[in-house]
Amino acid sequence: MSIEVSHLTKRFGAFCALDNVSFTVKQGELLALLGPSGGGKTTLLRIIAGLERPDGGSVLFDGDDAIRRDPRDRGVGFVFQHYALFRHMTVFENVAFGLRVRPRAQRPAEAEIRRRVNELLSLVQLDYLGSRYPSQLSGGQRQRVALARALAVEPKVLLLDEPFGALDAKVRQELRRWLRRLHAEIHLTSVFVTHDQEEALELANRVVIINEGRIEQDGTPEEVVEHPATPFVVNFLGQVNIFHGRVQEGKALLGPLALEFPEHPHTEARTAAGYSRPHELGVSRTDDGGGLWATVTDVRVSGAVVKMEVVDEERRPIQVELGREQYETIRAIVGERVYVKPRKVRVFMDTPP
Amino acid sequence: MAGFVHARTGHKARRAGRLTEPVIVRVLLIAIALGFLLLFLVLPLATVFTEAFANGTAAYLDAIREPDALAALRLTLLAAAIAVPANLVFGVCAGWAIARFQFPGKQLLTTLIDLPFAVSPVISGMVFVLLFGRQGVLGPWVADHDIKIVFAVPGIVLATIFVSFPFIAREIIPVMEAAGSQEEEAARVLGAGGLQTFFRVTLPNIKWGLLYGVILCNARAMGEFGAVSVVSGKIRGVTNTLPLHVEILYNEYAFQAAFAVSSLLAFLAIVTLIVKTVVERRMGAAADAAPGVATAPQPS
Repeated sequence: MSIEVSHLTKRFGAFCALDNVSFTVKQGELLALLGPSGGGKTTLLRIIAGLERPDGGSVLFDGDDAIRRDPRDRGVGFVFQHYALFRHMTVFENVAFGLRVRPRAQRPAEAEIRRRVNELLSLVQLDYLGSRYPSQLSGGQRQRVALARALAVEPKVLLLDEPFGALDAKVRQELRRWLRRLHAEIHLTSVFVTHDQEEALELANRVVIINEGRIEQDGTPEEVVEHPATPFVVNFLGQVNIFHGRVQEGKALLGPLALEFPEHPHTEARTAAGYSRPHELGVSRTDDGGGLWATVTDVRVSGAVVKMEVVDEERRPIQVELGREQYETIRAIVGERVYVKPRKVRVFMDTPP
Repeated sequence: MAGFVHARTGHKARRAGRLTEPVIVRVLLIAIALGFLLLFLVLPLATVFTEAFANGTAAYLDAIREPDALAALRLTLLAAAIAVPANLVFGVCAGWAIARFQFPGKQLLTTLIDLPFAVSPVISGMVFVLLFGRQGVLGPWVADHDIKIVFAVPGIVLATIFVSFPFIAREIIPVMEAAGSQEEEAARVLGAGGLQTFFRVTLPNIKWGLLYGVILCNARAMGEFGAVSVVSGKIRGVTNTLPLHVEILYNEYAFQAAFAVSSLLAFLAIVTLIVKTVVERRMGAAADAAPGVATAPQPS
């Protein structure tokens, strides 16, 4: 099923959780809603599920208005951040719940319910835990029970709220891989909310980045990484060096850096900032133009990369990340002067007041 | 009330205290507590039973089997049988509204629920006399429709409901707040209707709290004296409840009979205590089995 969200607005008192949000999820897509906490992602997901009513805008499922439909009739599976398992029911009964509450005419026979629940439990690799209670399970196991429970009603859309938020790093990695395999297998239209950019980029076909109730960018993981649309996206997607300055007559003058900037050919100057990730900076011993001289203050070898901190003439720190082999050709040590040259700088003009 | 919470924190505090308090302090505190209990609880309770059987078992049974005593017992059970279910419905509604919804006047409702704890039972009884009595606000209307409330069974039931209504609501509000609404939301998304959600998800989560409230409410409903005394008119065999019957017997110097009837109430109290202890234990187990349930969802 496809989902079309358009012009959604939601306020909680004076706080604006969503401000005119529009995007679409295509059939079979695995979409991530990425952003800092408090940015409106969960509210958005809850509106799609029908647990929250928007103040304005529409949600269409395959072109049909879903807003007026009760959550129970929307055909969504929802996995809650804290799982929300029924604590007085066994794992088996948790998964069977959605089938058992169906109106008599649509309710499968007991044998069929057993078959389907067992099938789902083996899908999430928990068939041996059917008679346990949620309190007897680990976080990762609870998460998978929550997923099996959501899938039991054969939803047309799967919604996951911070699915791995409460788990430790190793379990999270495992579940992430597992969820990606599962999605490849069943190809269910899925939307998940996360504040972890790594998770979003690794798992999703498409990423919608949300901040302060607004969409900052909507694109594939490559698009948002390679062509971030706003300074927020650049900042949010990882460590970045910022060079402040101005643009004028087709040039960007950003502190010690001078670059071509044909996007602004006008004579009046505008303040701007250039963004360059640590791995997009090169280091050499000679001034070959387009860079700046800096002093090395720290060198750390971490696995295959070498992390360097250098400071420019005005002692502003710049982070550099080099491949191990690349570093071997320079071998700069603390206190030495090196020439730092960005291979790539994204320049954003400040929005005029 | 929140008795079980106090009992449980008290238990923890005592355990922690064992590491720090000197022996003498501990012994002294325990002695004071036990001495107090002995003097004010065990001794009177023992007296009730000794006095009740002072003239032998036959006299005891006679006092209980006496028609007026049986009528009082029936009325007490009737009043409780109406008051407890009524308060159960009210308590669940109020608890649900307070724990789940934001609405203007919520704070007021929470405060008002405690009103019967705050006012003297005599005043609670007076309120009904003033409302439905001959000179009362609704008195003429009630008289016109030939309904007897004051000095009749309906008045007793009303007064009993009034004095016992906080118990169930008070008990389930914290339980429902702690359980949060996520499980209910999950049930809804999975296709459960309102009633299915209540009976399959909400009720199992609050059942021990609810039962605890029912026990306390029942104990209060059966034991109430002040409010009922004002509205009852104390017509022997008609509007006398057990506590009122005890008082009448006592005033007539029928001490043995008074204590015999009292022993019924005392026995009821002991049964209540036992059931309460069992429920508390189950509640504790249920709470321990549900770690991390108190985390409410934050809209983000």
